[in-house]
Amino acid sequence: MNESQEMVKLTINNIPIEVPKGTKIMQAAQTIGIDIPHLCYHEDQRIKAHCRLCSVEVTGKKRLLAACSTEVWEGMDVHTDTQIVRDTQVSILQLMLANHHKDCLSCPRNQNCDLQRLCSRFNILESHLPSVVKEEPRIETNPSIVRDPSKCIRCGRCIRACKDVQGIAALTYAGRSSDIVVTTAFNKPMEATDCILCGQCSLVCPTGAIVEKDDTQKVLDALQDNTKHVIVQVAPSVRVALGDAFGLEPGAIVTGQMVTALKLLGFDKVFDTNFGADLTIMEEGHEFLHRLNNDGVLPMMTSCSPGWVNYMEKHFPSCIDHLSSAKSPMSMFGAIAKTYYAQQAGLKPQEIVTVSIMPCTAKKFEAARPEMGRDGYQDVDIVLTTRELIKLIKYVGLSIGKLPENDFDSPLGLASGAGAIFGATGGVMEAALRTVYEKVTGKTLEKVEFMDVRGFDGIKEATIHLPGRDVRIAVAHTLKNARKIMEQVKKGTSPYDFIEIMACPGGCIGGGGQPIGTTNAIRKQRIAALYEIDRTLPIRKSHENPDIQTLYQDFLGEPLSERAHELLHTHYHKVDKPYQFD
Amino acid sequence: MLTAQTKEYPLSAELQAKIDLVLESHDNDPTQIVGILLEVQDLNERHYVPEPTAYYLADRLGIPVTNVFDCLSFYSELSATPRAKYPIQVCSSPACRVNRIDTERLLNTLQNLLDIKIGEITYDGRFTLERTTCYGACDRAPSVRINGHVYDHLDSIEKIEALLRSLK
Repeated sequence: MNESQEMVKLTINNIPIEVPKGTKIMQAAQTIGIDIPHLCYHEDQRIKAHCRLCSVEVTGKKRLLAACSTEVWEGMDVHTDTQIVRDTQVSILQLMLANHHKDCLSCPRNQNCDLQRLCSRFNILESHLPSVVKEEPRIETNPSIVRDPSKCIRCGRCIRACKDVQGIAALTYAGRSSDIVVTTAFNKPMEATDCILCGQCSLVCPTGAIVEKDDTQKVLDALQDNTKHVIVQVAPSVRVALGDAFGLEPGAIVTGQMVTALKLLGFDKVFDTNFGADLTIMEEGHEFLHRLNNDGVLPMMTSCSPGWVNYMEKHFPSCIDHLSSAKSPMSMFGAIAKTYYAQQAGLKPQEIVTVSIMPCTAKKFEAARPEMGRDGYQDVDIVLTTRELIKLIKYVGLSIGKLPENDFDSPLGLASGAGAIFGATGGVMEAALRTVYEKVTGKTLEKVEFMDVRGFDGIKEATIHLPGRDVRIAVAHTLKNARKIMEQVKKGTSPYDFIEIMACPGGCIGGGGQPIGTTNAIRKQRIAALYEIDRTLPIRKSHENPDIQTLYQDFLGEPLSERAHELLHTHYHKVDKPYQFD
Repeated sequence: MLTAQTKEYPLSAELQAKIDLVLESHDNDPTQIVGILLEVQDLNERHYVPEPTAYYLADRLGIPVTNVFDCLSFYSELSATPRAKYPIQVCSSPACRVNRIDTERLLNTLQNLLDIKIGEITYDGRFTLERTTCYGACDRAPSVRINGHVYDHLDSIEKIEALLRSLK
């Protein structure tokens, strides 16, 4: 705490405390372990004070005050547990329940819902008010996001995530008073709006009003099908996020236990998307060098974040040539699994079911793209978010913290530290630089950490000195920051050569498919865990991964070869706007 | 999947020019969106802002179309769906309704003569009945507002009939 900061003395429930001036009642109460109930409040968002659930009594004030928005003052006397406070909170919850589809047992957010938790806390077992909920169908027209308006409590967290974090504003309030709803412009399905399916709305929704499309049953069906060889790949950021849901510290590294859980679930092989990440670096790194040496389109921009690719296609279609043509690690892995691995294992591609565990809702859309496959099959058949994996693990009754550790299967399970850090903002850039530097200079890179691209800043930049020329790079996360960079690229004034962009805050560790309760503080702990994984691995550069080297020797030839292009590269398309004006 | 159906040139050149004039008179200032929408809505005989027009305004003002839709759905004077040529707005605020005999007669007469209820539209698209909040004509109650104009002292069936007949 800053010592020069002015302090304020107050009492909460007769307990004297001292907090810095400007603290809100809610945070002041938290310092002494009092959790004032709240719904619209979210620690990473600006204060809304819509729901009034955090109402508290302050001596001398006629009305209750909202603890989320009221700053403490000297001598303030706050009571969070008086009869009037409790009655108010119960009444607010009762009113919400009267306008809520109460099918908790069949709700995707059962036992993980703030409204349900609060009703349980206040012992509200049934609503005393007649239901006024309007029957509205679930909207499940795209492969990533499902909306259920009858579960919306109009807290506005999704609107803030979409507008303030991503700068997209696909969601809005519409109507007024009792008619108010959260919806899209002209009630269009999400995919027909500016939405890029990143799922940040689903991550902050306190109820089941916005959730990921649930594909767990498809995986269970595949696992039961004896004619199918079901393999799974897991993204780097899942292993540092999964533990949250099982009571472990945020950022706990549960790689080995996660592999065991997947084996116990019945997958025939458990592989690592980090292998795909190493492959992406080989292709993307060489693509960058090729562009640099042949007057190609610069700046080159990474293309592994599917939300970001969707954004580019919808919002900056004229700049699509700047995107790297390299597929994402997930899709590269899928392509190799259904060709090289199929050959090795003596299987037909159609017999293999590839499942991906991803921190991301947009990956579901990416896997469904027609260009991500060949000969009538998709590279990746089913994508589950981290949240869906948690469901499956709970379904079979496993406790992640107690499971023995296991290693990934080979040959698509060995990965470098460079692959691991893909999950953090700046990670792809750092991984690429490790390979690009050595390829260009022919020297061994002793210090593999590029500190300039690490950290949680919205936009980071650095200059890398290569023989012959300096390479200027930038790293951005969230699309609000991406837009700033894109405006420059569009005008042709961008000073950069190579740009990494991740759609979600913090990169994949903060993806829209990560466990409910993900906050920026937790994102930072997960990033630290990924760098820890990288630090302790024997191989830290993608091109030094022996399985990658074998793959090129036996199957692909060399980076950017014809076969590599056929399997590991793709193109992107302009997405038309609903209306085109001159 | 993400591709929306692009509609080629959804606004006529004439309408676009009219909208551009409105925007210019508001200095293309997105903070004046409500005033802009009121004027643009009046360019349409059915007194609403169609979807393509809303997208056009968002495009020209550089704001998300959700902002435009939020305003359209928030203010009862604005509409995102077609209304009648003459949307008859009846005030639902207490000050207009304290004289119950007059206000009930107003509403009943309108419903009987037009053969529609609140929220409905006549078969020929000429009239619709809408409830609205106070428009500041309490002293002239009972009254209705039609396309921004207040018709006051409607305290007899004859006056109400005469009003409807006058609206061609």
